[in-house]
Amino acid sequence: MIPAQFDYLAPKTIDEAVGLFAQHPDEAKILAGGHSLIPAMKLRLAMPQVLIDISRIKDLAYIREEGGQIRIGAMTTHYQLESSDRLREICPLLPECAAQIGDVQVRNKGTIGGSLAHSDPAGDWPAAIIALDAEMVAVSASGERTINAGDFFVDMLTTALGPGEILREIRITTPSERFGQSYLKVPQPASGFAVVGVAVTLTRDSNGVCKSAGVGITGVASKVYRATAVEQAISGSGLDEQTLAAAVAHATDGVSVNGDLYASEAYRRHLAQVYTRRAIEAAASRAK
Amino acid sequence: MAKYVGQRVKRTEDPRLIQGLGHYVDDIKLPDTLHVAFLRSMYAHAKIKSIDTSEASHAPGVVAVYTGKDVAARVGPVPCAAALPDLKVPDYRVLATNHVVFVGQPIAVVVATDRYAARDAIDLIMIDYEELPAVIDVEQAAKGGPLVYEEYGDNIAYKLTAGEGDIEAALKSSDRVVSQRIVHQRLAPIAMEGRGVLARYYPGEQELTIWSSTQIPHLLRTQLAIMIGMPENKLRVITPEVGGGFGSKLNVYAEEALLGWISMQLGKPVKWIESRRENIQATIHGRGQVGYIEMGCNNDGTITGLRYNVFADLGAYHQLLTPAIPTLTGLMLSGSYKIPAIQMNVTGVFTNKMATDAYRGAGRPEATYVVERAVDLVAAELGMDTVDVRRKNFPAPSEFPFKTATGLFYDSGDYEAALNKALAMADYKSLREEQKKAREQGRLIGIGLSTYVEICALGPSQAMPAGGWESATVRIEPTGGVTILTGASPHGQGQETSFAQIAADELGVDLNAVTVIHGDTSIVQYGIGTFGSRATAVGGTAVFIAIEKLKEKATNIAAHMMKTDASNVVFKEGRFTKQAAKAASAGAGAKPEPEPDVPVGEAPAGAMPEPEADGKGVTIQDVALAAHIARDIPPGSEPGLSATYFFEPTNFTFPFGTHIAVVEVDRETGDIKFMRYVAVDDCGKVINPMLVDGQVQGGIVQALGQAMYEEIVYDDQGQLVTGTLMDYAIPKAAMVPWMDLDRTETPSPVNPMGVKGVGEAGTIGATPAIVGAIVDALSPFGVRHLDMPIKPETLWRIISKAN
Repeated sequence: MIPAQFDYLAPKTIDEAVGLFAQHPDEAKILAGGHSLIPAMKLRLAMPQVLIDISRIKDLAYIREEGGQIRIGAMTTHYQLESSDRLREICPLLPECAAQIGDVQVRNKGTIGGSLAHSDPAGDWPAAIIALDAEMVAVSASGERTINAGDFFVDMLTTALGPGEILREIRITTPSERFGQSYLKVPQPASGFAVVGVAVTLTRDSNGVCKSAGVGITGVASKVYRATAVEQAISGSGLDEQTLAAAVAHATDGVSVNGDLYASEAYRRHLAQVYTRRAIEAAASRAK
Repeated sequence: MAKYVGQRVKRTEDPRLIQGLGHYVDDIKLPDTLHVAFLRSMYAHAKIKSIDTSEASHAPGVVAVYTGKDVAARVGPVPCAAALPDLKVPDYRVLATNHVVFVGQPIAVVVATDRYAARDAIDLIMIDYEELPAVIDVEQAAKGGPLVYEEYGDNIAYKLTAGEGDIEAALKSSDRVVSQRIVHQRLAPIAMEGRGVLARYYPGEQELTIWSSTQIPHLLRTQLAIMIGMPENKLRVITPEVGGGFGSKLNVYAEEALLGWISMQLGKPVKWIESRRENIQATIHGRGQVGYIEMGCNNDGTITGLRYNVFADLGAYHQLLTPAIPTLTGLMLSGSYKIPAIQMNVTGVFTNKMATDAYRGAGRPEATYVVERAVDLVAAELGMDTVDVRRKNFPAPSEFPFKTATGLFYDSGDYEAALNKALAMADYKSLREEQKKAREQGRLIGIGLSTYVEICALGPSQAMPAGGWESATVRIEPTGGVTILTGASPHGQGQETSFAQIAADELGVDLNAVTVIHGDTSIVQYGIGTFGSRATAVGGTAVFIAIEKLKEKATNIAAHMMKTDASNVVFKEGRFTKQAAKAASAGAGAKPEPEPDVPVGEAPAGAMPEPEADGKGVTIQDVALAAHIARDIPPGSEPGLSATYFFEPTNFTFPFGTHIAVVEVDRETGDIKFMRYVAVDDCGKVINPMLVDGQVQGGIVQALGQAMYEEIVYDDQGQLVTGTLMDYAIPKAAMVPWMDLDRTETPSPVNPMGVKGVGEAGTIGATPAIVGAIVDALSPFGVRHLDMPIKPETLWRIISKAN
């Protein structure tokens, strides 16, 4: 459990970090909270030649409201998001998701940016971020760009971040009135990662009709995905039992479902449907 | 009431441990220490055609590289202490030479100036393997299949039949016979601190000191002396703080001998700290039995006989007690019931896996699980309440010592009292009513019981491979402090506290005046160690009797100081007084004058002041000082004040209890949630209720792990699938139910304090209760048994099939 040799760089500013990353676009990995990368290095599953530690850069950990958006710095820890009273009010999906990540130690050190950039297929954040249709702000030596959450997660442990690009900020449109959200998860008993994790955000009109819905599902396939068929099936409905039952049958449409020692493909598919229904029910009951 | 014994005294170990001030092996830093990394087999079964270490030898920081060829003739094989008839014992060397038999087996070792250099150089060693077919499934291995050792002709290490009574006749004449195949899956002990070894050879003195995270410092010293070939009195084993063992450190490992030998070659300290991956691969596993139960019963619920045919998955070679573990299963197959005929037929089987050995309970959880599952099957077969079947077959308290058909004499017990208490705590009757109502609503609630008995205080030497006694030295220092040297080797159980409680009460001193020293073979007299729930019942008894001896000597000195005869002296609350004076004052109806308290540990002023002997009595500290100054002690008596006792128990002890689990299974997902957990344990006389609660709770958590989460899985090629804690699930705090704990207290007649032992009660008692509850929840679907670990998917499949 000793990593292979690597060079360690600790820039003080984001510009410096981007500059260093540009010098080692292929050999370097960005070290954020270190709770995925360091274990992988200790098992020598990851052997980066250079680590660029961005934890010493000031002002990468924040939760701000600006221009109708919630802006979250990439180095904001899970615990900071879990414990934010303001987020509980304006976007409770984020603290609810954060509270279900790993354990206290992981939440104190692990960061939202690190988790998203790692793109673990069973990570919790990707489900919430994709359901919320967030924008990811990436920065590199050639400037800044935004990537839609839907395009960000490319495959298992692969994102749309290019060589030399660092995820700097996550932007979420502040949910409008009469919205409800929920994150429900079956944790794998060893790792705590999601066997199935379902994030739901939806809005209802004064008659209870679902106006919009975002459903993000993690743990089920090689990457997080939006259950668009489910979203379409419930949009415009009163979120009644029958509609939900029919809708969640589409929870794994179009994805190749994982099977492993803990949950076979068939069971995981079943769990995805049950937890999608339960998460929608919970979100619907909160949308008042 | 005693001042300390029986009280919830806080652990005196904890202040240093929770402040990070304890010293585990890795905390011990010696100058010029070299670090060791192991190259381990990546195959479960292979021939080693060649090993090329040349590149590794020249890597930066590397001091030496050793392979099997370097050590084969110089370090003896890893020992097995189990003596069974016709047992095949493979020659297991500390480094493999040309044949590897499990994933994780050490092949080569790199010694370097730091851990990183050692680890990096491992990747530079080239090994040419020829992979051989591996045999993984224990039943397949027993039948034939690929052979772990060609020379044996089969994979059978031994066969053994145990038990008494005519089992054939008993089963034949029974009204019914229930039968079931059951699996006790392999488990990893996962002590929080893995193994670790630091070895330092002193070339001038020709002495070797080995710091090791072990449960058995003295037994380890003896075995290492044999393996390395050096005089035992030149070898010192020090066991510093040990972060848990659960039986996994009741062993002698290749790494311990090898590190000692390497230090002798290089004349420098060498250190190895096990990684978690190595811990799961190459520290012993527990359990690993696949068995077939047949239990006979009559229609009224009377149990008539039990047969258990079992294949024990020993792994590829024997660690210290590997083949002996199933024999403990055989001993305990009567459970807490009167069973006239019992037979166990065990086949010990080699497989291409890590060796199994003692893991918390060591063969007894398997026995309890067999018996308790069988009793539940009988209840289901007869349509009886599981409580009634149990109650019907208990021996009555008057039947103790109770002889079983496995050849044991249970020392004492009142099984019905513990059962009744647990039933009352759980409100069993209401629970069954609630269950009935819930079922009508389609909810799946299950209630499981275990009325277990276990065998503790291992044990009389006649029944042990290497001595079953324990030792203690108790001495009072010139300045009054009490020092206890125990041969037990506590590693989390809290005996620094509980032994101090015993001594403080018996000597009438403050708890803080007592220091308990253990785990250093150069300081402590020979001892056996801590395992088999023995430390308090055997080691604590040694302390207790050594104190009696010490008090006898102190009484003589006190009498001399008070110029009276020893027969006139009484000892109470730390002070010797003349009995005559007390009798006289009592006779006159007057209250004896209270003596001023003497603060303990407070040194008398001046270098060696005269002891106080004012005629009103002397304290035991006064006596200690007098005994060391020795100018005025009884003529011909021995100076100093210390006593040593080696206690040999005449029998094991047999704690017992009732555990009740109540669960609800989610109909939609198969998820299992606890509604209640009740445990009533009887471990005899209790020294410290808080320590007992802690032992019970920890055991229940590990039992929960076996029942629902934990399983060492090897694939068909013998690759370890559950090789990290990301895959091998141990229960986390949030997964553990609230536990309602209580006790009954039936003293053991085996030792003067009446203590029995409690370290393994949880893993023995709880597993069948949890499994029983889940099975009961699923009983509307016709389920009578489920194999562990019971996963939600299994339940979902049963439920959805029925739907």
